[in-house]
Amino acid sequence: MKNEMEIIFDAVSDNESFARVAVAAFVSHLNPTLEELADIKTAVSEAVTNSIIHGYENLYGYGRPGRCPASRKETNPGKVWVRCVLEGDLLHIRVTDQGRGMDNVEQAMEPLFTTKPELERSGMGFAFMEAFMDDLEVESTPGQGTVVSMTKKLGTGGWIEGEE
Amino acid sequence: MDQVMAEDFQVIDNCLMIRLPEEIDHHRAGYISETADRYLLREEVQNVVFDFENTRFMDSSGIGIIMGRYRKISCFGGKVYAVNADSQIQRILRVSGLYRIVETVK
Repeated sequence: MKNEMEIIFDAVSDNESFARVAVAAFVSHLNPTLEELADIKTAVSEAVTNSIIHGYENLYGYGRPGRCPASRKETNPGKVWVRCVLEGDLLHIRVTDQGRGMDNVEQAMEPLFTTKPELERSGMGFAFMEAFMDDLEVESTPGQGTVVSMTKKLGTGGWIEGEE
Repeated sequence: MDQVMAEDFQVIDNCLMIRLPEEIDHHRAGYISETADRYLLREEVQNVVFDFENTRFMDSSGIGIIMGRYRKISCFGGKVYAVNADSQIQRILRVSGLYRIVETVK
């Protein structure tokens, strides 16, 4: 059986939790383990956050309220697309933005590499997506946007949870 | 909602204790980091203790918070501790390699 959903939302950080919870809810009828759910939520959170702060460079609401520099007060218009397809126990997630894209995807995917150290981005986003999902593909065109495609097989973690 | 409050930051002896929210993502990370740094500047604390008791979700933004505080205090011999981390948080710490600089308690 195939099951599909897509959500489109504004590229602001308030929507990060919405996106990962929506994806988790979408797969909930498959009875995923807590660990699988956490993996999916983390991977979605990383991809969506990347689109918001790197793709569209939206920092609205980041930091302590009341003393925000101007750059954190305005947002660039832009949407993030999250598309999920369930095929049997395979979950495909595609996170798309039409932001600035990346010149060097390979470099961006290196652990600890970040272009925003001032935001204390750890440079672990892609490493987490790779670690917590089974497959990861990143396509990016500078000036046009980025597509992150991830796949995870569900229903393999049951015995791990039983051990804990 | 799930916002970090002033009372979630406490100075006990030479430690800054930070009670972390239920979910740690980029959206909340800025507030936590900037508030923690204000305490580090104002009070003479050596160590930072992150309390994960209420935390059920963390992404790489949490790693950024911990690494950033570690950089600020390690040059003065300070340490970073993680307490009450559930298995999922421990997994994140492990995958990120942060286990090498963070001491987990309990």
